[in-house]
Amino acid sequence: MEQQYAIEMRGICKSFGSVAANKDINLTVKPGEILALLGENGSGKTTLMNMLSGIYKPDSGMILVDGREVAINSPEDAKKLGIGMVHQHFKLVDVFSAADNIWLGDDKSGPVLKKDRFQVIGDMAKRFGFDIDPRKKVYNMAVSEKQTLEIVKVLYYGAQIIILDEPTAVLTVQETAKLFDVLRRMKESGHAIIIITHKLNEVLEISDRVAILRKGEYITTVDTATTDEQQLTEYMVGRKVKLNIDRPVVEKTRPLLEIRDLTIKNDEGALAIDKVNFYIRGGEILGVAGIAGCGQKELCEAIAGLRPIESGMMIHKGDNIVGLSPKAILEKGISMSFIPEDRLGMGLAPSMSITDNMLLKKYDQAKGPFVDRKTGREEAKQVVQDLEIVTPSTETPVRRLSGGNVQKVLLGREIKAGPNVIVTAYPVRGLDINSSYAIYDILNRQKKDGVGILFVGEDLDVMMDLCDKIMVLCHGRVMGVVHAHKTSKEELGLMMTGALDLTNKYEDKPAGIAKDSRIEEVEE
Amino acid sequence: MNDPINVLTLFLFNIVLVNIPLLYGTTGEIVVEKAGSLNLGVEGTMAVGAIFGYLAGCMTNSLLVGLAVSFLAAGLCGLLFALLTVSLQANQNVTGLTITTFGLGLYFFVGKGIGERWPAMTGASALVNGFAPKELPLLSKIPLLGKVFFSQNLLVYLGVGIAALIWWYLSYTKTGLRLRAVGENPGAADSVGVNILLYKYIHLVAGSGIMGLGGFYMALYMSGSFEGSNCWINGYGWIAIALVIFANWNPLMAIGGTLIFGFFNTLQIYSGPLAGAFPGVLGWLNAVPAQLFKALPFLITAIVLVASSVRKREGSGQPAALGLNYFREER
Repeated sequence: MEQQYAIEMRGICKSFGSVAANKDINLTVKPGEILALLGENGSGKTTLMNMLSGIYKPDSGMILVDGREVAINSPEDAKKLGIGMVHQHFKLVDVFSAADNIWLGDDKSGPVLKKDRFQVIGDMAKRFGFDIDPRKKVYNMAVSEKQTLEIVKVLYYGAQIIILDEPTAVLTVQETAKLFDVLRRMKESGHAIIIITHKLNEVLEISDRVAILRKGEYITTVDTATTDEQQLTEYMVGRKVKLNIDRPVVEKTRPLLEIRDLTIKNDEGALAIDKVNFYIRGGEILGVAGIAGCGQKELCEAIAGLRPIESGMMIHKGDNIVGLSPKAILEKGISMSFIPEDRLGMGLAPSMSITDNMLLKKYDQAKGPFVDRKTGREEAKQVVQDLEIVTPSTETPVRRLSGGNVQKVLLGREIKAGPNVIVTAYPVRGLDINSSYAIYDILNRQKKDGVGILFVGEDLDVMMDLCDKIMVLCHGRVMGVVHAHKTSKEELGLMMTGALDLTNKYEDKPAGIAKDSRIEEVEE
Repeated sequence: MNDPINVLTLFLFNIVLVNIPLLYGTTGEIVVEKAGSLNLGVEGTMAVGAIFGYLAGCMTNSLLVGLAVSFLAAGLCGLLFALLTVSLQANQNVTGLTITTFGLGLYFFVGKGIGERWPAMTGASALVNGFAPKELPLLSKIPLLGKVFFSQNLLVYLGVGIAALIWWYLSYTKTGLRLRAVGENPGAADSVGVNILLYKYIHLVAGSGIMGLGGFYMALYMSGSFEGSNCWINGYGWIAIALVIFANWNPLMAIGGTLIFGFFNTLQIYSGPLAGAFPGVLGWLNAVPAQLFKALPFLITAIVLVASSVRKREGSGQPAALGLNYFREER
């Protein structure tokens, strides 16, 4: 029995320059079905969906809507075909009201704006069961309101196929639950829904089928009912590799960096880090686990002095470093290496050589107005040798190195400065196994030298092997600090989703909680 | 003759008469900037509109042809700007400066090329008549204001009319709404099916055309007397760019802004007569060096730019994507 698909994609390929973002992808969605599109960062999920919404055009392959082959050359084409996408970064005009944002793409009303558009949009939103104020300006809206507005918008244009790109990344647990109710309602009314995510629990909760992409390639599609997290992970990551990472035991020193009641806001003005307490001692690696976007970036930036904090204290060896310039913090021996999703974005200047990148942090220490490239070159040579960086020379632009080597250069420079605290976020992001091991070794060597390391990571298996303690963040709040060798992946997972909050239960002393959950105890 | 009221009336009358080209330039630039493009070529665009409009108007002895040609010639400058910045993604600042250099160059090239056979405006009766004051019925009978605002030439009324029309267009039509969206967040506009390319081209050309009308006005105000050294536009294009900011991208405010700038602009000519007419109150004007008056409009421009840079984002009419080129597939 052949069932009509709302969307069928066959053999879709898309490259950006020499990078193949999508290779021969097949995807189907039926009306009244929720399909989860699962994959790690950079696996090509968003690229694939942008081809449905008309942002990109596929290099090859065909797209069928309701069984007919279509060419989607622009977002307007997609709109006419009844495809609506809620982008991860909302496509809203900040200074417009909610109604005007929808009215932009309206083809039905006349050329002159009338006052009744607010009424029309308000009524329409109510009919779908949404609560939005049509006169409210977008810049006054909370993130969840903006998302609701985006959904109302695509519904108003009559979309039958709705794509949501990581809709839950910015939502709280309750907001996510509300969103899922909305999605289920839309599913019942016959909409076909594609939801992009890399959160397994959400996939299992909301979807009917799951399509998995890995590194731009289509792996398979499975029925949600017949799968589990274990299987999905293996599809998503590829062959399961058991990592054996050393965790040397090192004499721990007094706390080097202590964070007390730290509150930070993100770029949108929402709370990114909410009254967080923790400390790092010399000779230990403190892992920070959490779902992406739970305040990890803001925390790193605040420690490095790049982001103003709302309240709280950051104490380094007894001195409060709040309000110090990034340079002063650097001079105190706190170094930060943050590997963003695009890897080259932060910390290194891609078109400059390894030597020049080495000099970036200490150009002002040279005497006189001229650059002391000789010392820099020697340091670069040292780092290349120590970390086994594969490069033609120290004068090769960093951009030309492979990802793992770029990250080694960044870490190498940070270590070269002789820090006593290293803040590193996603240092192995996108690296193959060998490079990852090299990075772990570098961190372990620093740990043996008595450096305190804050390791923001993604992979729980790695963190449980490498870190001494793991702090779990959930929407900017600490869910607890646990000993890495005593905890389990399940426990961490529960904490990451906010289902388990150990900070409130420390009196019961369940297994695996370090007393670090309560900093006051240690201070006495 | 030296009746104080007469001097004051004449001073105020001239504020309007002399400075309306600023309004044209400002309104045109507002249209362009609302589409998210920063065109620094206002001066050159006005110069091109001025010289071609004037020559065409003289040749055909028609005010309408002069207006149309100045609009089209300046519109072509806008088309060039759109081609370079929208289709070819060139840097808008550099392109704008290029348009100014190009426009002024073309102005002198054409003007000097014509040389001896340069047409005098007195030969074109329709232009002379078109620029002659027209008293509006009833309104012109209002004391003082009637003379200042309602006894002006046709092009003054046209300029104010265009500014008001553009204000209505931006605020109350769907195309205006979409245009503002293109300037604020082209990605958002694109995602709901607004044709970014079309909107940019149309409004960049139309806005430049409106600037050209201001150039034509300047030509008539200067009675079409071409000199080899000074351009008719005389820096008005640059002041217009500042006026856009002063007016907070609102064409109605641009009318007020034009009058305020015009006040300082005209003061340099009228400081003597004003001091003579009101020796008690304004006698000190004679003590102010003429150079200061000449510098005043530009000084005010600088102050406006500094003051407006501290204005809060929310109340600002500045398009968020102003000066940024849009490329859909950008990652």
